[in-house]
Amino acid sequence: YTSSLKYQGESHHSIYNWMDSLVTEYPNLVSKEHIGLTYENHAMYVLKFSTGGSSRPAIWIDAGIHAREWVSSATAVWTANKIATDYGHDSSLTSLLNKMDIYLMIVTNPDGYVYTHTSDRMWRKTRSVNPGSMCRGVDPNRNWDAGFGGPGASSNPCSDSYHGPYAHSEVEVKNVVNFIQSHGQFKSFISIHAYSQLLMYPYGYTCTNVPDQAELDSVGRSAVNALSSLYGTQYKVGNICRIIYQASGGSIDWSYDIGIKYSFAFELRDTGRYGFLLPASQIIPTASETWLALKHIMEHVRDNAY
Amino acid sequence: MPVEELDPSHYPATRAAKVAEHFINTRYGSPFAWFGSSGVKKAGLEDMGVLGTKYHIEFTLKEMTRNVKSSVILYDMGLCSAEVLFHRADERKPPQVQCTCSGAFQVNTSAEEEDLYQRLRNATSLLSGNSVGHIDPEMAPFWHLGGVASSFIMLRESNESTLLNMAHIDNFTQMTKDAQLMFQYDILLHDMVSQEILKWKLLLSWSPDGGVKVLEAEWDPKCRSCERAHLTVTTGIAAEQEMKGDNNNV
Repeated sequence: YTSSLKYQGESHHSIYNWMDSLVTEYPNLVSKEHIGLTYENHAMYVLKFSTGGSSRPAIWIDAGIHAREWVSSATAVWTANKIATDYGHDSSLTSLLNKMDIYLMIVTNPDGYVYTHTSDRMWRKTRSVNPGSMCRGVDPNRNWDAGFGGPGASSNPCSDSYHGPYAHSEVEVKNVVNFIQSHGQFKSFISIHAYSQLLMYPYGYTCTNVPDQAELDSVGRSAVNALSSLYGTQYKVGNICRIIYQASGGSIDWSYDIGIKYSFAFELRDTGRYGFLLPASQIIPTASETWLALKHIMEHVRDNAY
Repeated sequence: MPVEELDPSHYPATRAAKVAEHFINTRYGSPFAWFGSSGVKKAGLEDMGVLGTKYHIEFTLKEMTRNVKSSVILYDMGLCSAEVLFHRADERKPPQVQCTCSGAFQVNTSAEEEDLYQRLRNATSLLSGNSVGHIDPEMAPFWHLGGVASSFIMLRESNESTLLNMAHIDNFTQMTKDAQLMFQYDILLHDMVSQEILKWKLLLSWSPDGGVKVLEAEWDPKCRSCERAHLTVTTGIAAEQEMKGDNNNV
């Protein structure tokens, strides 16, 4: 089924169709949940990988929250297929899924993703209308309730880092917040972005270390070692505020502050040579190496229940 | 002044290294030589008082056009040592860079350059191109040329609160077949810090002997009210600058 997908720049319709075919092919493992509608009334779906139980501890992975970061969603498609095909064959993944559920949101900002196809390949934000402004959209990764409105986010609706009128103003963000809070059993929250080749943990809104700094740093470094082992890709590890910039209202700061300890953000390939326009030939290598890091983090979560 | 050691993986070192990359491209870049860096090895910060802030960095230089397949192992050009001086933000002066690189970092591209140059000089028509994401391999030298030319702008527009990369070439047009070939480029830059996309129009010249020179450059704000968005997030940049004549600002 995945051979029918070119991975890169697929329309969200074909991604949604492919998700349905994955569910059909692996009905005992994969299901699709509808978590709400976007501003423009597109469905927001998350794939759930579960071998049963009820209220199992769970891992959240989201991709494509920033519309122009296409390699993020492409990596998520490959990853979904990898999880489905490796269950029952890879002992580590199998033991993980026998204890925990994995939720994977492939297109977290469908409105923006569509816009990168129809109008502006470099669009980043949501597509909500900002009253009184000609400029649309809010940066969905400055809109979370974590230091909201602080440094590293703009109050100008025309800015690509506009934080929005208030925290969780964007329905796309609110839908995820509601889902995570009502589920109540998430132990890890991982957000996938591009580009810069970074694996980061909280905080972005302040440069103060989180209490779990040492553990998150150690897990991050081991994850990156695993990633590098495949093609030699170099990643940097650290908290958002020191590695890239101080940025308020970010998702993994929010998830950490509500008690989800294993909160991480990836910035995938590359470091600027292609930037957002990473060639299709690099998708599978990117997804394959990232999988090794994701697996390491998930194994640590599995083995360190809290 | 004492030099305070910096963590080479933190953003102050990363931003300084990006400025040094742009500087190297303005000096040594060509359609067949486009440079990037792959990580800072050592970094230090020197407070220069009224002069500004100087970064001392050592980083690995990469040439970015040679390994264009799926591998990220770019062509290693060895170590470079650079001093990057950011003037005080209120002075709105571009950073000043001094850089020395080890060994044979200057790629020998004279044969390819001469070949391309002669083809363009002798062609019956003027070349132009645009890309909708996909770059035809034959057009690759023009993508690299755009990247090198963008470095002139990015060098000038950089400060301690920017991290600039070329995001996209919308189109380019060859303007002349004279000894100094001239091209007009419509380019998008990306600033990682503000996350803004910056639209620039460049007029550049290239010849194997003369290298790459940017003759004129104009910023195109995305909308009137966006001008202010650009200014509020990034500091020290004048709204509409035009660069004429000499691009030597360091």
